[in-house]
Amino acid sequence: MTPSSGPASAHHGDDASATAPALEAVGLGLHGRDGWALRDGSFTVPRGRVVGLVGPNGAGKSSLVAVAAGLRPADAGVLRVLGHVPGSPAVLPRIGTLFQDRPLERRFTVAETLRLGRDLNPNWNDAAARAIVDNCDVPLKARVGRLSTGQRTCVALALALGKQPDLLLLDEPMADLDPQRRRALTGALMTRAAEHGTTIVMSTHTLSELHLVCDYVLLTARGRILIADDTEFVQAAHSLITYTCPAPAAPSLPPQAGTVIETRRSGRVHTALVCFPLSTEGAASTSSLSLEEILLAYLRNPQASPLIAGSTRDDAPSAGTPDSHERPTQ
Amino acid sequence: MEYRIERHSGVAPYQQIVQQTKQALRLGQLLPGDKLPSASAVVAAAAVNPNTVLKAYRELEREGLVDTRQGRGTFVRASLAQPGTQAGSPLRDGLRVWMATARADGLEREDVAALLAAELDVFFPRPVDAR
Repeated sequence: MTPSSGPASAHHGDDASATAPALEAVGLGLHGRDGWALRDGSFTVPRGRVVGLVGPNGAGKSSLVAVAAGLRPADAGVLRVLGHVPGSPAVLPRIGTLFQDRPLERRFTVAETLRLGRDLNPNWNDAAARAIVDNCDVPLKARVGRLSTGQRTCVALALALGKQPDLLLLDEPMADLDPQRRRALTGALMTRAAEHGTTIVMSTHTLSELHLVCDYVLLTARGRILIADDTEFVQAAHSLITYTCPAPAAPSLPPQAGTVIETRRSGRVHTALVCFPLSTEGAASTSSLSLEEILLAYLRNPQASPLIAGSTRDDAPSAGTPDSHERPTQ
Repeated sequence: MEYRIERHSGVAPYQQIVQQTKQALRLGQLLPGDKLPSASAVVAAAAVNPNTVLKAYRELEREGLVDTRQGRGTFVRASLAQPGTQAGSPLRDGLRVWMATARADGLEREDVAALLAAELDVFFPRPVDAR
């Protein structure tokens, strides 16, 4: 039944769209409240991934989701969704969305809302939608306007999943859920991914659980895409190197340790979080890091050199973004 | 077989599945021919990325413990159960007697764990390249 799995998908469009990446951005620019939230962003999200979209508030996460859903145009550059222009008829039936304000008709009951979903979506799976509402303990007869925010999120996700989309675009889906519903909905999303290979892009601030749920991470901060790659690769690429320096005032790092993302100093002990360590000469120890520690280091150091899958444009950073190699260690 | 994924453990989630499967194989809770839960069943209950399960099953397959049959699922191929590990075996009963004595002597869980770890290293030294 998955449109992504071969000739059966021909009615969805040209052959290219069957293999096109879930998202493909070239020079993407997004206006934020004060200036550019994202500038010259180029990245690819392959099909079938569960993507964690990470970044501080105002870094363009919601804007990116809105542009991908076709709700607003990009302010510069191009974003393609499943190989198509966002919001075009070829792609709209194939995406499921969840926005932060969870827009639903408040006067409808939950059952009426799901019936509307069935009427509007030819590919509707009523059992899947109802299972979500049931598992999350949302009464079918209740009016949407009387539900808690967590319950409304469940209904919105039931609509998104009932549509049986190829791509789910979810803006902070877990933000206002209690632990039980969070677990149930995460389970439902993971089941959808396991059974249908659905691509899921979800923005989140919960970095500690990212490695459990996501296999791809898209990190944006200060107008730049800093990471766009497999979580496993991101984790393997970084090391924490510890040096012991005889004098506290001595320079903290031997040159050419690799691409330094962050350095810290505590007395004689200096640590460097390094991407692709070239040499660990003189190091007291080298250890691996959790994904959360790596992502936090990039968030603290938004001027760091980006790690973007398939990118060879590393040597041409856009104007005003100093290279991390030149960053003085304080 | 139900996997419990410790969400903030330092052990990678796929490794937790590998370890719990091996534990079940050692204790005879999984026997040759048994079917491991499907990836979607595991992810629905544990709320983890599907690749976690697939990676764990691939690893178990590489070690010759399970077989994946196309379209049918993943099945146990070899047991890790030793006769002595079964419930009711003299070896296991001996251990239970020892445990009961330790508890009666006022030892805490941590004391017993430390004692076991120390004697384990004496009688079953780790191979040099153990990870």
